[in-house]
Amino acid sequence: MINRIKQKLQEDKKLLSIYFSAGFPSLNDTTTIIQDLEKSGVDFIEVGLPFSDPLADGPTIQESSTIALKNGMTTELLFSQLKDIRKMVHIPLIIMGYFNPMLQYGVEAFCAKCAEVGIDGLIIPDLPLDVYEREYKAIFDKHGLVNIFLITPQTGDERIQQIDAASDGFIYMVSSAGVTGSQSGFDNTQEDYFNRIANMHLKNPQIVGFGIKDAETFKQATKTTKGAIIGSAFIKHLHKEGVKGISTFVKTIR
Amino acid sequence: MKYNVDEKGYYGEFGGAFIPEMLYPNVENLRQNYLKIMAEPSFKEEFDQLLKDYVGRPSPLYLAKRLSKKYNTKVYLKREDLNHTGAHKVNNTIGQILMAKRLGKKRIIAETGAGQHGVATATVCALMGMECIVYMGEIDIARQAPNVARMKMLGAEVRPALSGSRTLKDATNEAIRDWINNPVNTHYIIGSAIGPHPYPDMVTRFQSVISEEIKWQLKEKEGKETPDYIIACIGGGSNAAGTYYHYLHEENVKIIAVEAAGKGVHSGESAATSALGKEGVIHGCKTLLMQTNDGQITEPYSISAGLDYPGVGPMHAHLHKTGRAEFISATDDEAMNAGLELTKLEGIIPAIESSHALAVFKHKTFKPDDVVVISLSGRGDKDLDNYIKYFKL
Ligand SMILES: Cc1ncc(COP(=O)(O)O)c(C=O)c1O
Repeated sequence: MINRIKQKLQEDKKLLSIYFSAGFPSLNDTTTIIQDLEKSGVDFIEVGLPFSDPLADGPTIQESSTIALKNGMTTELLFSQLKDIRKMVHIPLIIMGYFNPMLQYGVEAFCAKCAEVGIDGLIIPDLPLDVYEREYKAIFDKHGLVNIFLITPQTGDERIQQIDAASDGFIYMVSSAGVTGSQSGFDNTQEDYFNRIANMHLKNPQIVGFGIKDAETFKQATKTTKGAIIGSAFIKHLHKEGVKGISTFVKTIR
Repeated sequence: MKYNVDEKGYYGEFGGAFIPEMLYPNVENLRQNYLKIMAEPSFKEEFDQLLKDYVGRPSPLYLAKRLSKKYNTKVYLKREDLNHTGAHKVNNTIGQILMAKRLGKKRIIAETGAGQHGVATATVCALMGMECIVYMGEIDIARQAPNVARMKMLGAEVRPALSGSRTLKDATNEAIRDWINNPVNTHYIIGSAIGPHPYPDMVTRFQSVISEEIKWQLKEKEGKETPDYIIACIGGGSNAAGTYYHYLHEENVKIIAVEAAGKGVHSGESAATSALGKEGVIHGCKTLLMQTNDGQITEPYSISAGLDYPGVGPMHAHLHKTGRAEFISATDDEAMNAGLELTKLEGIIPAIESSHALAVFKHKTFKPDDVVVISLSGRGDKDLDNYIKYFKL
């Protein structure tokens, strides 16, 4: 079976992805949120596996992770919530989380479970490229999981080429220097960066994340790329409105 | 068996650089340059000069006669407490500020728990005229008011870490986030032998001046460079790493590490990482750390803010796993009493962190002709409030 992410990337349109922390706002909102996002026309979803010490995240996602953990979210529980998700949802699902909880679950067991419930890929910000290739790539491949790597405006060309070569899906382009939720908008610096990457003609399409929060930033971010991911802005919406009005939120983006 | 870091940044199975891509350029830049820079004659000269004239090194190796008599063995104390700013921490901050300057960095960030590393960082930033921001858990800011005032006097900005449990682990998270937000002009001075490679090795090398001195000092006093035992307390493990460094491969020197057991190893309020921890990833390295079965990092407890860390440096995880070092732990009560005992017997008020190392005598008996060297990592001025409360002075 061809991986759903790769299939989705073939579609001739700009892709919109949404991130949320599993277990937030309420412990059992996970499947509701996923279904509503699909119904609202979102192209793929990043399900955040909450972690006590999310280094690359700003206050908004830290807080949603903390609340999710307080609510009782665990790795095992997330998998059991997702047990029947493929009977209901067809768009690609990616788990985004930090490495330590996966290490404790057992990377092999974690990947096997992902494949079993129908997860298509993983984003693990603190699992570096070299360790992945040396120790875990074979396991990911065996379970048909796509591993997504990040690049930032500071990533050198040579490193980007390396990451492109190691990727088989898309490249997660962090829009600017900073943790999630810290960007105030896009300016010339981002445009230069977006253009620089576009001119590298990488084999993997790029999806932009960090700082996408409305129709304007979505449009800017996807001018030269394949799509964009919204995280903190959606978490803020959930904070205010709960799980109601997800489609209203998505419609404000595109 | 090799106990130093290997080319890939590992100590056995521990270490590495588990960092988000945002940190890669800075950490990689440091990795490629730190050994080269440390080997430059001008660097060595400046480092040695500052350690001598500014820090006051070499720190004495003091034969503690009354303590020795009490425990019927021969105890030497390595007097890091006599350093400028009152602890070993400054050995590392002097080294790293010189490193930061050579890397062209203009802005310094640091994390601190008790405030000792924060003060040592603020001090070298004042010395070099560099901008300094210290992250400190909101709870620690309240607990350690005098050190907060010191840092402010020294010109540093103390930023409260408001996330998580608002203590050292969270201050470290905030410092790392700051580095992600400021990727170009900033150097992060980590305060212990923790973090992504090359930090544990770099910090260890800067602290290794401790065992370098012990060697020639012991030679002068005992006619041989090697003691029978070498003992230090472990928070993240920087004073211990420096104290052990030149003895790691001298297998006849026994190494003892003392962790903080808090209210008892199994009381639920402890920081005895080697007893309670499992292999995992924290702050960019694979090591032993205290965590739930689900891989969430748990909050440690110790009366000593400097030992209140849920992990240990990767070198120490390796020393533990290989059995090269013996790990024991001392409770709050044992440490406080050992601190008071040293004060009464030798006229030295130790930092509560160092008191944990002194509590080794509650757990081990030494032979009369054993030479036992203990790292007295810091002085107790900062802890007076705690001593007052504990002993109702
Ligand atoms: C006096 C003293 N000793 C020991 C420590 C523990 O740190 P490390 O394990 O890195 O030596 C601290 C930390 O603040 C300290 O202030």
